[in-house]
Amino acid sequence: MAQVVLKDVNKVYPNGYHAISDLNLDIADGEFLVLVGPSGCGKSTALRMVAGLEEISGGELYIGDRVVNDVHPKDRDIAMVFQNYALYPHMTVAENIGFALKLAKVPKPEIEERVRKAAAVLDLTENLDRKPGQLSGGQRQRVAMGRAIVRQPKAFLMDEPLSNLDAKLRVQMRAEIAGLQRDLGVTTLYVTHDQVEAMTMGDRVAVLKRGFLQQVDTPQNLYDKPGNVFVAGFIGSPSMNLMKATLSDSGGGIWVQFGSQNLEVSPNTVAANPSLRSFVGKDIVVGIRPEDISDAELAIEEKPNDSRLTTETTLIEALGSEVIVHFPLDAEPFAIMDAEFEGEDAVEQSKDAQGRTIYVGRFSPRSRARMGQPLTIDVDTTRMHFFDPSTGNAIRG
Amino acid sequence: MATPVINEVPGDADAALGNDGPPNDMRKGGTGSTTGARLHGLLTRVPLWFIVLIWAIPSLGLFINSFRDRQAQNQSGWWRVVPSDLTISNYDTVLSASSTASMTDSVLNSLGIAIPATIIPIAVAAFAAYGFAWIDFKGRNWLFIATISLLAIPLQVALLPLLKLYVGGAHVTVPFTERTLTLIPDWDLQGSLTAVWLTHTGFAMPFAIFLLHNYISGLPRDIFESARIDGADHFTIFTKLVLPLSVPVLAAFAIFQFLWAWNDYLIALTMIGSNADNFPTTIRVANLSGDFGRNAFLLPSAAFIQAFIPLIVFFSLQRFFVKGLLAGSVKG
Repeated sequence: MAQVVLKDVNKVYPNGYHAISDLNLDIADGEFLVLVGPSGCGKSTALRMVAGLEEISGGELYIGDRVVNDVHPKDRDIAMVFQNYALYPHMTVAENIGFALKLAKVPKPEIEERVRKAAAVLDLTENLDRKPGQLSGGQRQRVAMGRAIVRQPKAFLMDEPLSNLDAKLRVQMRAEIAGLQRDLGVTTLYVTHDQVEAMTMGDRVAVLKRGFLQQVDTPQNLYDKPGNVFVAGFIGSPSMNLMKATLSDSGGGIWVQFGSQNLEVSPNTVAANPSLRSFVGKDIVVGIRPEDISDAELAIEEKPNDSRLTTETTLIEALGSEVIVHFPLDAEPFAIMDAEFEGEDAVEQSKDAQGRTIYVGRFSPRSRARMGQPLTIDVDTTRMHFFDPSTGNAIRG
Repeated sequence: MATPVINEVPGDADAALGNDGPPNDMRKGGTGSTTGARLHGLLTRVPLWFIVLIWAIPSLGLFINSFRDRQAQNQSGWWRVVPSDLTISNYDTVLSASSTASMTDSVLNSLGIAIPATIIPIAVAAFAAYGFAWIDFKGRNWLFIATISLLAIPLQVALLPLLKLYVGGAHVTVPFTERTLTLIPDWDLQGSLTAVWLTHTGFAMPFAIFLLHNYISGLPRDIFESARIDGADHFTIFTKLVLPLSVPVLAAFAIFQFLWAWNDYLIALTMIGSNADNFPTTIRVANLSGDFGRNAFLLPSAAFIQAFIPLIVFFSLQRFFVKGLLAGSVKG
């Protein structure tokens, strides 16, 4: 077990494509770090560089205290779980799990012992003599895990190991892998494009976009205090409503003006973020999480109009425990994704007939909102996020 | 909470290993009523059996004639056969060691040509194919193209130069020095089986490399990368993964190459010439009919003996054509 450190790591492909730019990551001993981002952001490349399957163009990679840039994959003492499991189809489960030990010339009785132990942990004991082709998807996934844990490596590298499982099994394996990692205490770098996996599994989450590291933090901090507009939009489902607005100062309070409506920023927020005042009279990007928007009819106490917006309901998605309500506002949306990612992860900002952008709120199931009916919403103005439109960074402090 | 499941399409080149396309199940044709399905099956099967029958008739005639003596063959066609005519004397004559027309030695000669001519190209080509497919070295593409373009060289133009090489070796006179260098000595291979299988081996190589490369380069990259992390070097990957996973294509090539070497006449005739001790079955059968075809009645039985070994090879290797050997390796 050891720490894994990436220091100013770069990857430039021979065709000139710069896949990773100055990536700095410090994965502590025993930590579970999730690398997340839309497809094409370089997260798999970063993982493969740590594994030694991809050459490092610049910077240094440490595993333990050793620089391993030019060390052969087999000498890095790491284990990798592949997206497609990469099981050896002509070998039994036991041979698959023991393959690395056999190559390392571990004595046969010890191999058997260690394979048996790993199989017991993963609930594979009855399947040891079967071939991968006879196993279900979840079992194959476990064999791939078994191959990794049997080696007792310094670090686990996992490349979207759950993406080939169906939704239900994915939730189960998510918990199993996270639990296994905690029990074994092996440093883990886990790559995924699924932000739910990232949030639920990682001790910390690193968000990557086009080869640039956006933010590394605990899942809750990432959600509550996104460092920039990309992280804000990427983490969370449904994603944060991001709209262009202007700040104005009237009557001592600071107001957010978007389209024809406005909201007063809570004085506490202004007090906590004094730099917000420097944006008065300027454009700004406001982010509001869907759960910070509620149906005004359900408000227990009458709220002042300065946190209230009027609109109408265009779509209702009742999920039982909550209701996702879509409504138009004449505020201009802020597109977070580059054109390159559109159609993949970008949530296409739909517009209504009048060209107003559709935003999303997460209401209590008791909401009486009806399709096509007028709607009044309350915004929790203490929980609004503000971003500088020129840099995309959060306005804080 | 409902999570939108985003199915990421692996866009980067390194993730593009998906060689498991949609399963093509062609048999899902007749999904109509049972009578419709039955009619559909009938329409497929009847013409197929008709074609099979037409194709089988000449062999059947040959087979029946191989059990009829000279007189019977001369007097009536094979379809006029009467059971009392049948005899195994033709086979006796052809197989008996004392006869000048003996097939026994020639079968051994043919084996002595076809077995090395099958195994050696496979052994060399498998290594070469793995190298071309999975080892990155300078000039790989050019070397591969050069190898494959040798497919275009016709065998016939090389026969005489090869024969000269076998009987005289290769010598180069260095210009202006009057000195002659011997690159390949005179091995005096004319008339030997070695000359035949060596030629077969050489000419099989481009196609063998091409065929095996196509298959081996299609094996999932993940498996090799996983093996590398597990501590395998190229040789281990080749012996422990590539060879066992390539059995279907190795068997396919072995069948083709064995049949080709077994049935070859031209190379054997050129290289062996008049050395009757080393005649393979093909030359022996051709010589069997004798002057003015007076022994032509022996040809059917000799032809069946000639065809017997390839049938054994075919049916014994056929079981390696198991499909789905890769099932369970990648994807769920």
